[in-house]
Amino acid sequence: MNASILRGITIRKALPVVIVAALALFVIPGFLAPFWVKVLTQATYYSIIAGGLVLLYGRVGLASLGQVALSGVGAWVFARLYYATHLPTPVLLLLAGVVAAVVGLGLGLPALRLSGLYLSLATLMMAAAVGIFISVLKFPNGGPGFSGIVKDQSQRKLIPRPSIAIGDTAFFRFCIVVAALMFGLYVLHLVTKPGRAWASIAQSEASALAAGVNITVYKLWSFVLVSFATGVAGGLLACDVGSLSAANFPPQESLILMAVVLMAGYHSLWGGLVAALLARLLPELLKNDDSVVGWIIQRFYGSWKGVSATIGLILFGIGLLANLSGSTKAMKKKGLIS
Amino acid sequence: MIQIEGLTVRFGGVVSIDDMSVTFPGGTCGLIGPNGAGKTTFFNVLSGFVTPAAGRVNIDGVDLLAMPDFQRARWGLRRTFQTEQAIEKMTVYDNVLIVSEHTSKLSRSAAAADVMQAIELAGLKDKAKVAVGTLPASDRRMVEVARAMVGSPKVILLDEPAAGLPEGETERLASTIKQIPDAIGATVIVVEHDMSLVQACCTTTAVLDFGRMIANGPTGEVLRSPKVLSAYLGGEELP
Repeated sequence: MNASILRGITIRKALPVVIVAALALFVIPGFLAPFWVKVLTQATYYSIIAGGLVLLYGRVGLASLGQVALSGVGAWVFARLYYATHLPTPVLLLLAGVVAAVVGLGLGLPALRLSGLYLSLATLMMAAAVGIFISVLKFPNGGPGFSGIVKDQSQRKLIPRPSIAIGDTAFFRFCIVVAALMFGLYVLHLVTKPGRAWASIAQSEASALAAGVNITVYKLWSFVLVSFATGVAGGLLACDVGSLSAANFPPQESLILMAVVLMAGYHSLWGGLVAALLARLLPELLKNDDSVVGWIIQRFYGSWKGVSATIGLILFGIGLLANLSGSTKAMKKKGLIS
Repeated sequence: MIQIEGLTVRFGGVVSIDDMSVTFPGGTCGLIGPNGAGKTTFFNVLSGFVTPAAGRVNIDGVDLLAMPDFQRARWGLRRTFQTEQAIEKMTVYDNVLIVSEHTSKLSRSAAAADVMQAIELAGLKDKAKVAVGTLPASDRRMVEVARAMVGSPKVILLDEPAAGLPEGETERLASTIKQIPDAIGATVIVVEHDMSLVQACCTTTAVLDFGRMIANGPTGEVLRSPKVLSAYLGGEELP
């Protein structure tokens, strides 16, 4: 790592990251029940996807609604390659990321001719198309051929976790390490030439062009980078659940992801972490009797299980509206809208 | 030397620039005219943001209009905008570095020296590591100028660099702009409404009015021209 890279990563910025990673690796698993370790595992790989969206939207200005579908691509590739090759998990994760990056490049190339709402709609439609493709193709379950489907349910095999992380706690730690690597990749880009180019594009494409930034290349670069990490996250999900279906990657999940990223904050990668906790941890806190929040709800309102999931969505909606309202005020203040 | 021949820009039925022909001899040149005269459109043509209906732009033997927009900055064209474009969260150094690393192929140390030279020319040496958003408006304007000066540019287009600046700061800006041709060898074209800045730093000045070139020559003569005064102050059109 050269001096110019280190210049951007100050101790003040790095310290909170080290503390959070150390807490996640060594402290949190020892205090939590297995159920909450599983929930936090989901939040961990979800944070890679959310962090990618933070980078795309907050740093480059691209609002993509196809990220969950891209994680589905990563999961499909991971599963297919596992049954076909039995390569080690890190290699499979890498390959899942690479294929997702190639798919992201293919989707991004036409989509990047659009911007704003039109780009969002195009990526949402692409996510729906990928969803349909996966629904038709189905996820491999150990069978032969390209699709890898075996119809006899008794013959199907589960995707195993890596041999060094079979247990829930070990797998949680494995996910933390992979997520740290992906966030490290994001940070490495943000503090070097691509990050400065993205900041310039987000400021004004005309200004970036006048500064010699190749806008198409750098936008695609961001799309490919985020697709890679999102594909890796899909591979982790495949390891986690063992048996995949299209229901794991509903296109509307990308809308919820965008909502929580907007709520959590998209100017810092920390927003990706907070967004993942909002999306994965908060609903469980609301509906689980064991959690403090769940206990309070049970205590005051009796049986609330049917409604608790809806509360999460309502909170997301309120947060999103508040965020959009704040954005509108900020835009008015800057004179961008009247 | 920048030679413009028969440049015409149309937006639908509106003729923004009408058969403009002018030669900018080098040094620091002014381009003035009332609002809507086509000055920024002219800069947009040179930058590649607007495609003209007709005309040629020849800079030292290079046909600029034949060059793709994204290559013009690498060739040596720089410009500033009427609104501030420097990224507030980034330092002065990093804002200037963005232009350097996308327009020149210098080694890391040479690029750092080039960036610092531009920052020093803009009078911001002590503020190189300061975030742009924390600087006063006059310094933020100088950051824009520093961004335009980095990477050995051939042509620098400054679009209303003094807009909103108090008088004292305009003098500082004029002094910086005036030294650009000698310091880095670039031709500077300044679009400006502040005539004190034009007088202070431009050796020649061209005047656009409703897209037509109505005067061009030494700045003092042009600013005293009745035709120019008529265009600015209103009144009957003079032949």
